[in-house]
Amino acid sequence: MHPALSVIVFTTASGAGCGLLLLSGLLAMAGVFADDPTFGAVAVAIGVALLGGGLMSSAAHLGRPERMFRALTQWRSSWLSREGVVALATFVPAGVLFLACVFGWGPGVVAISGAVLAVLAAATTLCTAMIYASLKPIRQWRSRLVLPGYLILALMTGSLLLLTLARAFGHRSPGYEAVALAAIVGALVVKLLYWKHIDTAAPTTDLGTATGLGQFGRVRLLDPPHTEENFVMREMGYQIARRHAYKLRQIAVVTAFAAPVLLTLVGGVVPAALAVIAAGFGVLVERWLFFAEATHTSVIYYGRPG
Amino acid sequence: MTSIPENTGGKALGLLIDLDTCVGCHACVTACKGYNSVSAAGPLSDINPYQAEQRGTWFNRVFSYEVDDGGSGRAVHFPKNCLHCEKPDCVTVCPTGASYKRAEDGIVLINTDICIGCKLCSWACPYGAREMDEDEGVMRKCTLCVDKIYDERLSERDRQPACVTTCPTGARHFGDFKDPESKVSRLVRERGGIELMPETGYRPVSKYLPPRKRTAPDREPPREQVAAPAAANGFLRWVDRVLTR
Repeated sequence: MHPALSVIVFTTASGAGCGLLLLSGLLAMAGVFADDPTFGAVAVAIGVALLGGGLMSSAAHLGRPERMFRALTQWRSSWLSREGVVALATFVPAGVLFLACVFGWGPGVVAISGAVLAVLAAATTLCTAMIYASLKPIRQWRSRLVLPGYLILALMTGSLLLLTLARAFGHRSPGYEAVALAAIVGALVVKLLYWKHIDTAAPTTDLGTATGLGQFGRVRLLDPPHTEENFVMREMGYQIARRHAYKLRQIAVVTAFAAPVLLTLVGGVVPAALAVIAAGFGVLVERWLFFAEATHTSVIYYGRPG
Repeated sequence: MTSIPENTGGKALGLLIDLDTCVGCHACVTACKGYNSVSAAGPLSDINPYQAEQRGTWFNRVFSYEVDDGGSGRAVHFPKNCLHCEKPDCVTVCPTGASYKRAEDGIVLINTDICIGCKLCSWACPYGAREMDEDEGVMRKCTLCVDKIYDERLSERDRQPACVTTCPTGARHFGDFKDPESKVSRLVRERGGIELMPETGYRPVSKYLPPRKRTAPDREPPREQVAAPAAANGFLRWVDRVLTR
């Protein structure tokens, strides 16, 4: 699948934003923001900015961005529509929590808006993952590891952002480090399992069933329908050399997982901020690979493996 | 509404393509492009049409395959367009409702006035039947010439998709697959019509007739090569060289 920059930035930024908003909601419920409302306001503002920026980036992927609000109508059947609805709904408790922190509206409002925010932020990431996990023609994405992968990477980048803010605001609880480290290890395990799965799983469809001619014998492409690459080839037929994929996986493992672990263990605001940058870059690489390594059954007709 | 209609009014319109008869002339491709560039669906984008890096939107494309059938192999020309599936995920994934399946005849269409061009429907189609119109920024696909097949000003013969009326070998049939007595249903029964990628579960309405079994041997045995005469002298070698040039 063609790795479109707008979609890669969107899923990475909105994932980090939702991870941060989810954790902020939990902290609000635990009463942390009632004690330090500035910490709360900044955390929620950064989370909202990342989610909003991600959504704007996704609009760049559209052929008709001016019509994007029509995407909110088909939530009954479409995960993309559900994602839009839930993402916009997330701004409501986020806004309430932000204002409650700024204007000191009392611990009750903070806790309740935090609870709603945590649920909707998690649901937004779930919808993002399901857009991909529900596409039957892309066998790599039909894996049961896609949904946990999106959730844990959102939690990981969000927890690293939160750790930076917690250290900046002088919150010394070891819980921030513990959550970040646990999320990094969990994300690494999920990604390693996903990569192993897509390397070993056999294609489910071949040219024989795609054309129905398999009953007569082996089928191979003689002539493609056009001499130039068409939309299907450009969008669905993206190919990445296996050795490049392995190298990029190594880069993702080092920057998204190994470096943030070391930087988290060092302590201090600057290393935590560097961990955020490293993890952000690493997740961008991981997301690029998520698309580039995915194959679509439609390219089988063009004589390529699906 | 992007939910699939429960009951399609007893009709399931689609195409039946005879892979035994198709000669791969691409007439259906050009007729489709031509008709849909000037009809209600048009214009269809064409970027750099007469130079390198041509990018255009097409509803119908013809592939050519070689099937290794144990003999000398055979070429099968394979036109492919939207199959108007009974369970089309391209419809359910659409976030705007632009993509829909008609209840009355099962045709899968795109309302290009509300399409946002997110391309998700093309990702959800296992057959690669949907393409982006780069001029309009919206997705396009085969409409089964919906404006032509119901046009009562046309003769009955012409009330068929452009690819069907143009096919010089009669390899394309159009009809209602839910009607067991329709021509397409009969041909599917008699000739063992095939469904593409049944494992995806999209249940395509349009089907293909497989190539018939061969009745004659593959090919004449290769003719013996006539050996060049062993040239005795320089003159004959020269004649041989001139004649074989």
